[in-house]
Parts: sequence; C-alpha cells; structure tokens
Amino acid sequence: MSMSVLKVTKDNFFDVKNSDKTVLLDFYADWCGPCRMVGPIIEEIAEENPDILVGKINVDEEQELAAAFSVMSIPTLVVLRNGEVVNKSMGAKPKAAILSMLD
Amino acid sequence: MGADMEHIYDVAIIGGGPAGYTAALYSSRAGFDTVILEKMSVGGQMTLTDVIDNYPGFPQGIDGFVLSSDMQKGAERFGTKTMYDEVVSVDLKSEIKEIKTAFSGSVFSKTIIIATGANPRELGLENEQELLGRGVHYCAHCDGRFYKDKVVVVVGGGNSAVSDALYLSHLCKKVYLVHRRDVLRATKIYHDPIMKADNIEFCYNSVLGRIDTDNDKVSSVTMIDTKTSIKREVECDAVFISIGRKPVTEFLSGQLELDSGGYIVADESTKTNVDGVFAVGDVRTKVLRQVVTAVSDGAVAAHYAEEYLSR
Repeated sequence: MSMSVLKVTKDNFFDVKNSDKTVLLDFYADWCGPCRMVGPIIEEIAEENPDILVGKINVDEEQELAAAFSVMSIPTLVVLRNGEVVNKSMGAKPKAAILSMLD
Repeated sequence: MGADMEHIYDVAIIGGGPAGYTAALYSSRAGFDTVILEKMSVGGQMTLTDVIDNYPGFPQGIDGFVLSSDMQKGAERFGTKTMYDEVVSVDLKSEIKEIKTAFSGSVFSKTIIIATGANPRELGLENEQELLGRGVHYCAHCDGRFYKDKVVVVVGGGNSAVSDALYLSHLCKKVYLVHRRDVLRATKIYHDPIMKADNIEFCYNSVLGRIDTDNDKVSSVTMIDTKTSIKREVECDAVFISIGRKPVTEFLSGQLELDSGGYIVADESTKTNVDGVFAVGDVRTKVLRQVVTAVSDGAVAAHYAEEYLSR
C-alpha cells in the first residue's frame, strides 16, 4: 500500500471519521479481482489529492466496520464529509468516476 | 496524459486486456506509434481470475493480475503509451479515424484495434440494477463471503455458473442452481464435484421470473418452469447471476457489423467490415474465448495493421 493511503481499522476509525478533510474509503479484500483493479487508482487519487484523506479497509480484518457501512459487495467506495456518508458506490469504477464522487 | 489534436497515431487500441496489449507489443515493437485506451485498469477480465492455469509457460499457473501488468510492461518497453480514459464513440468513416473519449478529447489514428472484451450479461429483470451489490451479484468469488451460512440462488448452467455454485456451496447453507435447460452446459470436469455437493438443489428447465425484497434486501425469487409455466417461490438472501458475457460494442453505434450475439464480425484475420479497423479477443466472433486465443488475435491484428499502414 502506498504511503498516501491510510490503513483504516476500528482503532483509528474515530479519528478518520472526524477528520476535517473529505474522506474516501475503499472497502476491499486481497482475493477480490475488481478490488485489485481499483487499488492502484485509489493510490493515485491519494497521491494527487493531499486534501483528501484516503483510507483502505480490509473487510476480512475489519468485519465490524464493513457491517457498520452495510458492505455486501466489494469493492465498495464511501465518501465521508463531517462524519456523514455523502456518497457510496459499489463495483470497480474508472478514476474519473471515483473523482466525481468527491465533488 | 491528455489527447493531442495534432497527433495522429499509427495504431490506437481500445481496451487494455491481453488481446490489446499483445497487439500493442507487436505494433510498437515493429516501430509503429501505438496508444492503448483503457477505461479503468489494465488486464480486463483476466484480473478477475486468481490463477490462470491454461496459459502456457507457467507450470504453477499465473496470477491474472500479475500477467496483465507484465503484458503492459512488455508493450510499454517498446514505446506503447497507455491512456486511461473511457471511449464514448468512434468515427471510422475517414482515412484518419477518430476516437472520442470522456475526459481527454479526441484521439486520432490511422488504424484502430478494438479489444474491449465483454462484461457479465444481465438477466434483464426490472429491479436487477437497483439491487446490484445489495443481493444481486455477478462475482461469486468477490461477494460470496458476505452470504456465509445464508441461502443463495445461482443462475446459469455453464462453467462459470457451476464453479460459482460449487464455491458458494462451501460457504452457504443452501444453493439453488437455476438453469433454463434440462442439462448443464458446463464441461465434464465440473460435474462430479457438483453432484457430490449435498446442499445444491438443481432447478432445471427454470428461469428467474422476479426477485422480491423485504426491507431493501433480497428476500425471495420466483422461478418459472419453462415447460409447465408453473411458478415456484423460494426464500433466499442473494442471487448470483452467471449467464455468460455481453461484448462491449455500444460505443461503435452500428459502424461495424455484429453477429446475432453482438460480437464484432471478423474472421481469423481480425479484419472487420471497415478497412483499417480490427477486432481482437473476446469482443470478436469466435469459437473459444481464452487468454491464449486473445493474445493470438492481438498478434494477427498487429500484422494486418502493419500491412494496411504500408500500403
């Protein structure tokens, strides 16, 4: 995982949620093909947009967080602003479509 | 990288899967100015497979993701450019062909190789799209784990449906396999293990009529017997659809000849009905859709593109 992407767990989730920045979360698993398609795009977005907090959540390790966001399909991308979910989408998406979720 | 109005490529390839990157490898290695337009990330359907056992040269099998990025690196070593953008439409009428992208304007090229592959085919039920990822799924290996100890329905009777049903049978309490014919289309190698799984119920001569929800989640499906028209409702938590693939050709808006299944008509030469336009890999009408036949198409298309360019 790139330096710009934060590994989010239930231990640091509170801080992530309360960040002043817009938060982009990628719920994924290592064994999921579409997640691996999206992974490098998420890393690119993180590197190019330091004003956005980009985090990855491994659904195998963080089942409580996955359940809290009703994740039933991966990859699932969630955008948080001031602690609220403002956008959520399922499935692999092109970079531009992910960026437009942040607008 | 943005599009350049002044620039005219020799070869523009739409789709960065194995067919596309092999065409790119051959054409850039032959000295042609080559670009690949890829919508999302390289590899196409190949990246959705953990291990590819039937691509020769890898005795232990090869990870689809690794093979994809290696194919990309191989082509880029000879100067292929990869442009990440979605192709919205093409204009194939002129000598210099135009590819319109969603975000970076138009790309111009003397030849075009179409390598867009295929996506999962949908059932076409009314609420299918709306339930996507919330009880309706196309990737058992991705989403099966969310239905541990639950009841699921798999639709289809080919290799992928049967392998999905088998995979889900290890996780789920019960699996209904709904198939419209009276016999599975899957190859023999799958038959033994699936017949041994005691939590799979086979529903032959059946199609899915509707998917019902309760509290925004899938709660049941109604199957219809194709012979008797008798309906049967079964409770379930998810539906996994595995009824084959749909070639990606919408952006062509009728400029190339398609067969009845929607695949681009081109023989082993990969030449389409438009001069200088080639179709390779899963999007082309062909008998066997495999990585190995896709890469073969790529090499052939690059050969004929070269021939066309040196006229």
